[in-house]
Amino acid sequence: MRARHLLRSSTLQFTTVYLLVFALSAAGLLYFVYVQSRDFMREQTLETIGAEITGLREQRSMPGLIEVVDRRSDRRGPDRDSIYLLLDPLGRKLAGNLAHMPDVPFAPDHYSDFRLTDDPASPRAIATVLPLINGGLLLVGRIVEERVRLEERLATIILQGGGIMLLVALVASFLLSRWTLSRLEAMNRTARKIMAGDYTQRIEMRGGGGDEFDELAANLNAMLGRIERLLNGMREVTDNIAHDLRTPLTRMRMRLEMAQQEGHDDPQVRHLIETTIAEAEALIQTFNALLGIARANAGERRAEMEQLDVCSLTGEVHELYEPLADEKSIVLELDQLGPASIVGSRQLLAQALGNLVDNAIKYTPHGGRVVIRCEGGARPIIEVRDSGPGIPAGLRDKALERFVRLETERGTPGNGLGLSLVAAVARLHDADLRLEDAQPPPGLRVVLTFPPVDPAPPERGGPIEIPATPS
Amino acid sequence: MKLLIIEDDKPTAAFLRKGLQEAGHNVDVAHDGKTGLLMAAGETFDAIVADRMLPNLDGLAVIRTLRSTGNLTPVLVLSALGEVDDRVAGLKAGGDDYLVKPYAFSELLARLEALDRRSGQRPSGGDVETRLVYADLEMDLIARKVTRRGITIDLKPREFRLLEVMLRNAERVMTRTMLLEKVWNYHFDPQTNLIDVHISRLRQKIDKDFEPPLIQTVRGAGYSLRAG
Repeated sequence: MRARHLLRSSTLQFTTVYLLVFALSAAGLLYFVYVQSRDFMREQTLETIGAEITGLREQRSMPGLIEVVDRRSDRRGPDRDSIYLLLDPLGRKLAGNLAHMPDVPFAPDHYSDFRLTDDPASPRAIATVLPLINGGLLLVGRIVEERVRLEERLATIILQGGGIMLLVALVASFLLSRWTLSRLEAMNRTARKIMAGDYTQRIEMRGGGGDEFDELAANLNAMLGRIERLLNGMREVTDNIAHDLRTPLTRMRMRLEMAQQEGHDDPQVRHLIETTIAEAEALIQTFNALLGIARANAGERRAEMEQLDVCSLTGEVHELYEPLADEKSIVLELDQLGPASIVGSRQLLAQALGNLVDNAIKYTPHGGRVVIRCEGGARPIIEVRDSGPGIPAGLRDKALERFVRLETERGTPGNGLGLSLVAAVARLHDADLRLEDAQPPPGLRVVLTFPPVDPAPPERGGPIEIPATPS
Repeated sequence: MKLLIIEDDKPTAAFLRKGLQEAGHNVDVAHDGKTGLLMAAGETFDAIVADRMLPNLDGLAVIRTLRSTGNLTPVLVLSALGEVDDRVAGLKAGGDDYLVKPYAFSELLARLEALDRRSGQRPSGGDVETRLVYADLEMDLIARKVTRRGITIDLKPREFRLLEVMLRNAERVMTRTMLLEKVWNYHFDPQTNLIDVHISRLRQKIDKDFEPPLIQTVRGAGYSLRAG
């Protein structure tokens, strides 16, 4: 399976969107958990500080306050995380376990973050200040190093966990789309083989026959079975008609030939027999052309396909029709920009190209010009251009139908099957057939564009990808 | 020629017998594959015409059986199926030529006579041919040169090939489809007078300045290289 193919798949697009939604909601959830726990821990600290301040407010005298602060700030005591600093109105330290005021701005009822000492690796702390009535200042706070570390650890855990979750989801979605794609690809492969004319192909069933892919495959297979039966029936009918009609046609024709050989003296009878033979001939030709088109349409003739150069084919056909054009003083030009290698049926392509050139010569007036052109490259091209009246744009599709003879063609011989055979041959080769105005007008330009040359012929009929630059 | 026709459709077989007899051939008829095989194995024929679809034993099986016993009698296969793959199957089984129903009797006759190995033998013997000669027309296959009455005639490659096929089948009738097959290797009906134009070009070069004309038109059938 090609990577480009995988990237374009709607399964992958779907899983990617799903993955994005999943990632966003997971990130939101984790962030919420993180913020909630962080705030909860912070509130607890602040509550503790608040409770201490409430206790200290009860001290009415300065010496009492100093004593309490001294006692509480003893690091050997039960509460080693508390911070105190009592300053007199001149800013001198009276009591506490902090050497001096930290280098951050403080305000009453506002908590400030700082480090315990000037050392940047010292524990982090949080504190507030309380102005005293005598002008002094009391700082009350707590070392929060442990809490901050916990917060940081929490953030790391959440980020790492989220990353792993995302990675697992990414891998899972890739595997999932590849699996789905491989199931679909199996179906596509079968469909391509069937389009290539092998109606016996069936889609492979994988699971124990339970999942919806298998159900789809089973339904498609049932449908294919029905189509194959119908096609076989049709082919049998065609073959039977061919056989049943050909025998009487053979007899009729032989009887006429016998009658001709009897050698009637009456010129009228002779003429009658001759024209009847000619009519029978035309009938047989039409019949053969119809069968040929039917068989080409059914894709049965892929067996005779081989690697060939369409440019050398245009050379052959040019050589074959050149004298015919010459009779009408038409210049039959050959413009070869080859080689142009394709996989195709030499017989059918020569017949189709012959029909195009034959038509072009037929409808081009005396002294006109017919050009046969071929071009190699990413998509090989055969083109036949004439200087005849052309076909009006609205009638071009119609011209490809069976038995259709355009108004301008009345009175010229032919059965109206020439272009339908070309169309059938084009379909058989997955080629694109276009009818357009010749430049400069007047004239018709018929272009057969073959599918891109595939280095591996068995994979023919795959998704059409045009290389960015023609080699 | 002594011919065997294996054809299950009785009226067709009867017409074939009558027409071939009138053309001067000796004809035996079998109406099913088994009888046909027995007759083909029991007697020596110059050529066999076998329908593909036959009761008892189909045409291809008849040919395969004959070939497996070393019988090399040329076989012309007749078929109602005209596609190239069928044609290939017919030739693979050992058939020498293939004709699709409905065919013109003249086409069948021309193809049968082209199959006849006795008249197909060249006087030059078993050596590789380097020269083809008919009347005062000579073709040097090595130098790719054509002369008539000693005068060199300039031919384009495809005209050369066309004349070569006519020379190799001198005095036999070559139909238009036979020429398209042998000269161009295309197996379809040329819709227009395609081959006629090529022949008329060749005639311009071979016959215009010489007497007698060598390329003869055989009415209702094709062309033949014949002096007088």
